Amino acid sequence: MSVYDQVSATRGGHGGRISAAAGYLAANPATTICFGVLLLFVLMAVFAPLIAGDPVKIDPAERLTGPSASAYWGRDHLGRDVFARAVYGSRMSLLVGFSVAAIATVFGVAIGIYAGMSRVGGAIAMRLVDAMMAIPAILLAIAFAALMDAGILTVIIAISIPEIPRMVRLVRSVVLGVRQQPYVAAAISIGTGGLPLVWRHILPNTLGPVLVQATYACASAIITSAVLSFLGVGTSPEVPSWGGMMADARSFFRIHPELMVYPGVLLSLLVLVVNVLGDRLSDALDPRKMVRGSV
Amino acid sequence: MNDMTSRTALADPVLDVRNLSLEFADRDKVTCALDAVSFSVGEGEIVSLVGESGCGKSVTAMTIMGLLPKHGARVTSGSALLRGRDLLQTSEREMRRIRGDRIGMIFQDPMTSLNPVHTVGMQISETIRKHRRVSRGAAEKRALEMLDLVRIPDAASRLGAYPHELSGGMRQRVMIAMALACDPELLIADEPTTALDVTVQAQVLDLIADLRRDIGMSVILITHDLGVVAGVADRMMVMYAGRIVEQGPTEKLFADPAHGYTAGLMRSLPGVNARMRDELREIPGSVPRLDRKIEGCVFAPRCEFSSETCLASLPQAQERAQGHWTRCIHADAVCEAMSDNDIVRAWA
Repeated sequence: MSVYDQVSATRGGHGGRISAAAGYLAANPATTICFGVLLLFVLMAVFAPLIAGDPVKIDPAERLTGPSASAYWGRDHLGRDVFARAVYGSRMSLLVGFSVAAIATVFGVAIGIYAGMSRVGGAIAMRLVDAMMAIPAILLAIAFAALMDAGILTVIIAISIPEIPRMVRLVRSVVLGVRQQPYVAAAISIGTGGLPLVWRHILPNTLGPVLVQATYACASAIITSAVLSFLGVGTSPEVPSWGGMMADARSFFRIHPELMVYPGVLLSLLVLVVNVLGDRLSDALDPRKMVRGSV
Repeated sequence: MNDMTSRTALADPVLDVRNLSLEFADRDKVTCALDAVSFSVGEGEIVSLVGESGCGKSVTAMTIMGLLPKHGARVTSGSALLRGRDLLQTSEREMRRIRGDRIGMIFQDPMTSLNPVHTVGMQISETIRKHRRVSRGAAEKRALEMLDLVRIPDAASRLGAYPHELSGGMRQRVMIAMALACDPELLIADEPTTALDVTVQAQVLDLIADLRRDIGMSVILITHDLGVVAGVADRMMVMYAGRIVEQGPTEKLFADPAHGYTAGLMRSLPGVNARMRDELREIPGSVPRLDRKIEGCVFAPRCEFSSETCLASLPQAQERAQGHWTRCIHADAVCEAMSDNDIVRAWA
């Protein structure tokens, strides 16, 4: 296929760009694999009741028994089905990861664009962001989780708050660069201004880095939520989570290391595919790389 | 008052810039970027602003368009009247209606002047939809007409193209289409051919000249290339260090240069009979710093014709022929000395 065929394939209004980006992604096997793995995680979370048994039922008689037909990965120190807990644990990780990414993106982009466009407001916003960045994210999250009622919403909010300043910084720095671009001057010279200028010319050109940052926020939120569960903050212990499973397995690590390995491997794998997809996505959405990459 | 255009005022100018002065205020210094710039642009006329980098050509254009940053740049005097309406006293809100509708602008670098994330059809439509109450479909139809007008082959299939899929010359045509989509009275072209190679330059200049005739707009052509001026401009204004030092009909200035700076520029062009081993002539010295007020002729320190009197006070503008003005007290000596120049002889 020649360059020109590829170029004409990328044409066709707004839909063209998205479908071209999708085509670019599909052309790379690593991306396809990562997307497949992520899809498996999502299916696992959605259809958990069909795949696994009861994740909270305690059965002291069966505690720390090995794999069996009723519990594929054995049972933990309270006799709970490890496989079921691992499957249900993906719900927590994915929900927190995606929610935090969404919240951090919406607030981060809004505040970041404002900070990039307004001199005075921007200066104030950035000092607040600096102040928030000075506190370690995990401490901030623990503090918020401790202040509010236990629950998954608390965890999401607690993790989102330290993620927002990072997004604000990134968006502001991108906006400062985009503002100087000749195409912004050109847009102003045809009479565009105010919100339409931001919406049509500045926002779309920040999306690449924002999407990458959002996937990193998602990955880091998955880890942070595991850390919070591991520390026992946020959600109650009976809610299945990979962090909580690892915390429980810690005491039995010498005799039953697999109890920690299962949730650990799932956690690492999920974070890895999310990060890889983020990188690939940023390449795919860059219109210049689309053509080069597909030749 | 030695205001050149007030005495040569065109009957009904599209744009009349009068006595425009502008400063850039920094933390510790004030730079005088424009000093009493006056000129006017008549109906259907191509007027060229010529000068080297930093002489104030682009700043003049940006001031007219109201594109300079609010903080930092300060207009200290003057006006820019578009059909009698002072653009410098117009609110940003109103300016947004004027930009793109009554004044179009094209920029130097077509590679970066189009937004990479939108198709060219969308970017041309944006101008139309911004200023005319038309449907998306009608705007797209008009965008297609514009692409045809700027002679883009196979225009229909280009509407959905992204800027990176087009060559530099094509992109500059798209920029022109964007700027002209609402039939502006005035087009400001800021070095429209500088980033293009020579054959494409000629095509783009021809296009601008033809469009001027076809749609009857006026053009301010900013350039540092005298070849570009010679090709298309009806009148030219030579700028140096924020001042217009000489202005007049193009053929008049080429045939009868009457300012030391204009003479210097023309001498530094290779003549028709130049041989490969001939060295190009340059103007000695460099552009003066503009953060100090210069009393006399700004070019005097570099000028081979200068004398003591040049430095004493700003030379009065003198009219040498109909519409040909210069701020040089040694105009006669310059003319005399340039009479054997290849270019001058070619135009005379």
